[in-house]
Amino acid sequence: MLITCPYCGPRDLSEYTYQGDANRVRPDPASTDQAAWNDYVYDRINTAGEHREFWQHSGGCRAHLLVTRNTLTHAISFVGFAREHGEPKHLERRKGGKA
Amino acid sequence: MAEYSAFALLRNALHGNREWKPAWRKPDPKPSYDVIIIGGGGHGLSTAYYLAKEHGITNVAVLERGWLGQGNIGRNTTMIRSNYLLPENSHFYEHSVKLWENLSHDLNYNVMFSQRGVLNLAHTPAQLDDFARRGNSMRHCGIDAELMTPDEIKRFIPALDISVGGRFPVVGGLIQKRAGTARHDAVAWGFARGADRRGVDIIENCEVTGFLRDGDRIVGVTTTRGEIRAKKTAVAVAGNTGAVMKLAGIDRLPIETHVLQAFVSEGLKPFMDSVVTFGAGHLYVTQSDKGGMVFGGDIDGYNTYAQRGNLPIVEEVMAEMVALFPGLSRVRLLRSWGGLMDMSMDGTPIITTGPLPGMYLNCGWCYGGFKATPASGWCFAYTIAQDRPHKFNAAMTLDRFKRGFIVDEKGQGATPRLH
Repeated sequence: MLITCPYCGPRDLSEYTYQGDANRVRPDPASTDQAAWNDYVYDRINTAGEHREFWQHSGGCRAHLLVTRNTLTHAISFVGFAREHGEPKHLERRKGGKA
Repeated sequence: MAEYSAFALLRNALHGNREWKPAWRKPDPKPSYDVIIIGGGGHGLSTAYYLAKEHGITNVAVLERGWLGQGNIGRNTTMIRSNYLLPENSHFYEHSVKLWENLSHDLNYNVMFSQRGVLNLAHTPAQLDDFARRGNSMRHCGIDAELMTPDEIKRFIPALDISVGGRFPVVGGLIQKRAGTARHDAVAWGFARGADRRGVDIIENCEVTGFLRDGDRIVGVTTTRGEIRAKKTAVAVAGNTGAVMKLAGIDRLPIETHVLQAFVSEGLKPFMDSVVTFGAGHLYVTQSDKGGMVFGGDIDGYNTYAQRGNLPIVEEVMAEMVALFPGLSRVRLLRSWGGLMDMSMDGTPIITTGPLPGMYLNCGWCYGGFKATPASGWCFAYTIAQDRPHKFNAAMTLDRFKRGFIVDEKGQGATPRLH
């Protein structure tokens, strides 16, 4: 599996460290909503198909990346910097909520 | 009289082997059952077997998407042990080892359970202290555990380079002598035949496409072979738990699906008669009865549903193998393959009632599911029949994460790729 780092170009999987599911929503640190924290820490959507996830180019430029990868085929359809693309789509869902 | 015996072999030999019956029938699904088990892997089949044997519930169907034994029951490295630290795990896995010890007789099917011992190597004094602590914890639970010195290890497995190339010298080890290996295909076939002969319908090529509901309650499934109703619906589908539970509207679970690769070398003459694990990295290796070295290491470490892995893990596992056994450096690798692991958030499985009424869930086996096959089915059958967990799986609930009662053997936290 090759991941194309926006800085470094296509590099081998062994240069990267997996940082996990990017669909999770971190509650406000001041939040005491236990369900929201439980969701964030323990629950996963575990998609079979297009999966948004974080990787770090730890053996290269050390940038944190957001990658969209198909978990059935390992085909990568998007790579961007996590700081620019990291906010999960369904964050809006919770913005109005107590979290 | 036992179906398989020396006498049966002789009688069939005299009759031209025309009297053998298939190990399990190929029935069409009935419109309804008392219990449906989704997933015809090791755990699903053993659940059906113990439902029939221990609880007298025989109106049971096992639904398998493909063919029996195509999944993880035939993809593992066949190792069996109960060398855990935490009592919740120790009692459960020790129950499994005890079932393994009598399984061939119980099933009248030779699962070739071989108590050849599992030896964990320690490479630093701190690691050896940790092993001693785990060994003591095991002995408190009535499980055998012994520490070994480097000299004893050298005598036990002469091929092992106890200096590990000078880099990670072996300073000792912890062995569980009652641990060992079994032939995984025979386990699937033995449980399937045992369940079938007690009246369980094993239905292959029958993929579940949805759940039937009566309000909140699950009352059966829709499948590629029609609608099947059931009083109780049990799910035991390992790596595909997320996909199946989504059909029931459960879109989030404390599980990630990862791939674990396993390897087998060309056949060698008898070389070592134990299971050895390397403690400075992650490698577990045994020699099969055919002579091939069977071994594996870490999971690849990213979410995937592809039953194949990537090369960095292959390279790492081979490097560890050659470091431990320099004499194997020119042995050719015969095959490698992958299986889907349902990695739970604390490394401990889930065997529970729910999460919906009429439903029962068995998942989260990480990469330790094979050794648990009998106890998993035994406990799951109890949970289904009694509608409450047995004491052996009482801690393995789905809501333990919410309540703060996680069973984290390795202390890694909610990072599935590290369990």
